[in-house]
Amino acid sequence: MKFRKLTGAVSAMALILGATAATADVLFWSTQAKPVEEAQAMREQVLSGAGDVDYQPNDGGPWLTRLNAELQAGSGSIGVLGALHGDFSAMDPADLVDLDGLGASASDTFNNLAMLGTDNMQYIPWMQASYIMAASKEALPYLPEGADIDALTYDQLIEWAGNIKAATGEAKFGFPAGPKGLKHRFFQGYLYPSYTDGVVRTFASDSAVTAWEKMRELWAVTNPASTNFSFLQEQLLSGDAWIAFDHTSRLAGAFNERPDDFVAFPAPAGPTGRGFMPVIAGVAIPRTAPDMDAAKTLVQHMLKPETQIATLRATNFFPVVDVELPSDLPPAVQAAGGAVAKMSGSADANPGLLPAGLGSLGGEFSQLYTETFERIVLGGEDIRSVLDEHKVRLQAIMTESGAPCWAPDAASDGPCPVE
Amino acid sequence: MAATHQTRASGRFVYVSGVVLLCAWVLVPLYFLLINTLSSPEAVNAFPKSFIPEFDLGSLTFFANFSGMLSALKNSIFVAAITMVLSITLGAPAGYALSRFEFRGKETFRFLILLTRAFPLPLLALPLAVMFIRTGIDDTIFGLALIHTTLALPFAVLITFSLFSGIPMELEEAAWTLGCTRLTAFTKVVLPLVLPGITASAIFAFVISWNEVFAAAVLTIENRTLTAFLLQNLDTSPLHLKFAGGFILVVPALVFIFAVRKYLFAMWGIANR
Amino acid sequence: MNNRTLPYILILPVTIFLGVFFLYPFVLVAQQAFTTGAGFTLDNFTKVTSHWKFSTSFKNTLLLAAAVVPVQLALALLMATMVSNMKKGRDLVLYVWTIPLGISDLAAGIIWLAIFEQSGFLNSMMHGLGFIDRPTNLISYQSPALVFVAIALAEIWRATAIMLVILVAGIGLIPKEYYEAAEVFGAGPWKRFTRITLPLLRPSLSTALVLRVILAFEVFAVVQALGGTLYPVLMGETYKYQFELLNGGAAAAIALIILGISIAATLVILRVLRVPKGASI
Repeated sequence: MKFRKLTGAVSAMALILGATAATADVLFWSTQAKPVEEAQAMREQVLSGAGDVDYQPNDGGPWLTRLNAELQAGSGSIGVLGALHGDFSAMDPADLVDLDGLGASASDTFNNLAMLGTDNMQYIPWMQASYIMAASKEALPYLPEGADIDALTYDQLIEWAGNIKAATGEAKFGFPAGPKGLKHRFFQGYLYPSYTDGVVRTFASDSAVTAWEKMRELWAVTNPASTNFSFLQEQLLSGDAWIAFDHTSRLAGAFNERPDDFVAFPAPAGPTGRGFMPVIAGVAIPRTAPDMDAAKTLVQHMLKPETQIATLRATNFFPVVDVELPSDLPPAVQAAGGAVAKMSGSADANPGLLPAGLGSLGGEFSQLYTETFERIVLGGEDIRSVLDEHKVRLQAIMTESGAPCWAPDAASDGPCPVE
Repeated sequence: MAATHQTRASGRFVYVSGVVLLCAWVLVPLYFLLINTLSSPEAVNAFPKSFIPEFDLGSLTFFANFSGMLSALKNSIFVAAITMVLSITLGAPAGYALSRFEFRGKETFRFLILLTRAFPLPLLALPLAVMFIRTGIDDTIFGLALIHTTLALPFAVLITFSLFSGIPMELEEAAWTLGCTRLTAFTKVVLPLVLPGITASAIFAFVISWNEVFAAAVLTIENRTLTAFLLQNLDTSPLHLKFAGGFILVVPALVFIFAVRKYLFAMWGIANR
Repeated sequence: MNNRTLPYILILPVTIFLGVFFLYPFVLVAQQAFTTGAGFTLDNFTKVTSHWKFSTSFKNTLLLAAAVVPVQLALALLMATMVSNMKKGRDLVLYVWTIPLGISDLAAGIIWLAIFEQSGFLNSMMHGLGFIDRPTNLISYQSPALVFVAIALAEIWRATAIMLVILVAGIGLIPKEYYEAAEVFGAGPWKRFTRITLPLLRPSLSTALVLRVILAFEVFAVVQALGGTLYPVLMGETYKYQFELLNGGAAAAIALIILGISIAATLVILRVLRVPKGASI
């Protein structure tokens, strides 16, 4: 009884001291479009036709904590969630409202991923991006003889960066090895498919050893400050890196500022193909959303072709529905779009899918690849022994989560085995 | 005579150059921040960096047009103000008790207060947010101020404690013999002397509240503070906006400290007892 | 008002406040460290301490604190003494010296990264002075010692003001007459400092030192900005377990370990700098 009275008094005080007027805002709680320019564009262009929407981009920590607090408390303010596939797949599907019938992307692969292992869509794919390479035009004269920039191999890339190092005395290949960098996706979606034609099954195979040896060679011609790099557009603009690998939206700044100085091109290929990985962001509705109808309307709004194009301009993330792309897109979009199209359309394309079915172990899974990099490449440890040690941990993760294999690994019955 | 005069002059020289050096040590990095704030994006990314700003207001203008800045600024100020008031109102009596009385549990109390700063707030944010949502103070300025006060209380309690300890009991006793009640003796005699401690606590409370980002991001939605609103977005933003945004976040705290700086010193005449 | 109950009445508001807003969530989170969903267990602790990065981050945290805090203490004492002896302009000097207090650790990280990065101000200065003709990589994995120095410098710059403010507030109450008397008896400035200032500053010193050490064990933002992944510290690992690996129990376990070393350090400092009973200061 006393606690109720106290609660009442506190609430009354809260109302007096600054509680907000009840609004019909839908709270769009997102981890995407965080850079200030992107957030501004989201609010003013993308969401301007969607009624009262409060777009709040956050760091992962607060995003997750707030969401969990609302789920635990049983009520909250969040109307729509915007996040990457990896964030949603770590959640309990029961916490997300089933969204069948509200719309879907044009890709069955994406829609399947969005079901998170259940029979209904838990989130709706919202936008996609990928990782590409970019180079300053200053680097082009150093390309190896006969190399086609749109169809490089890893060996040619290493030779190219090596030529630059020999000529300028500095390593000018930039790699997002910083704390906020997305290097684990590089290993999962690019390195492993290109050398081992797998990602989990082949984790500790002999071709994986070759892959890491190649990574070491590449690292030898990489700018050593890469352990601080999380957004290669900065290094491209400052000249600290002449060749870079990074997420399309993290290279966009360079293209938009000085479009004539940079070129975008597909990621290189290894013996088993040209590995690449699409990144999907989605929108979902938590079960504690205060106004279900308004939330659903917002979700549908995000899938409209005009909204998808506006989102493209704002965030450099590409549409997931079939749209006619206008011709007046920003330079970053044109460059990145071209590179991605060449990459996915190349004859030796070997797409690696996003990990699926790992649930809350997704973070540990990615962490394992990062640690493998840190120990082998940064720490110089013996490749075979690190792989064998980590293989045990990887198998434990797969068994505990029960996740079956995904492309490019061959399908499996039950948890994906690490061979 | 000449020798002592010379040693005194050279002593003075060392003293003054020490002061200047330390001031430069503090100001130069801030000057770099100013340079990058007032430079065009090209200059921010260039090498070598220029040491004179170009006075390009582009980055700052972007923030002037960034929707939501003003209300976020207002929220930050309110939260910081309430934090100051609360932490001093709650903390000063405790500091007084610690310095004047010997009571059971005193050392433990002091020890435990210090330790509340030894556990990271981002881990505590989840149960706190659940509690706030359930009691209805979620997303309020007052609610966030309560959390910030928790962070600022150890400073308030312990700074006022060390200051109260520096004021002899005899002063208060003298006031009692002259007819003051305990409370009046406190407010008229002791309080003015601990003004530096109160000021120091106020500065800490303001700055801690102003710069706190995690709890603010979790616990305020409609009423976001400037830090929750802006700081989270800066580390993924382009370099020139990072600096301009960082600059904007820094300025109000600097203004506040400037306003209260003289209260950090005991007032002349009263300290000369 | 009873003299025996008055102190308890005075500390009651703080106690209740901290009980509700700190103790309650703390107990909930600390509990997580001792369970993995199936009753009491120390598995979380074994898991985090047996990870290959744990001993590095543990050592790094302690090393950084050991390098930075004594320097800051000496610097803060020096600055506090200097500013108390000033007559003109001391408001302004004190203000300048406390400016870093208003700068969040994230902003400090941005500022010092702009100094140390490859195309940053330090390289520009060296280039301008002719020492180098190409920007050098100061904070890369090839020069871990430089990374440490950069982080230490940034931390010293950022956090000395914390101790300075506490010490200045305390120095103001040391009666000037003591110094004057000591001068009359021929005590030089160093003797006056060690015999008068330091002992009378004890309560402020212990407060400043304990708070600074506790905060030093929690260092994170500056380290991440300058060192990237090169200089793991305990707090970074805590956040990783909590927000990336989604393992609340492990995160709570490391946080309790940090709490443990904070407790140990606090006990030592409080003991060494204790104010004897009965002394009025």
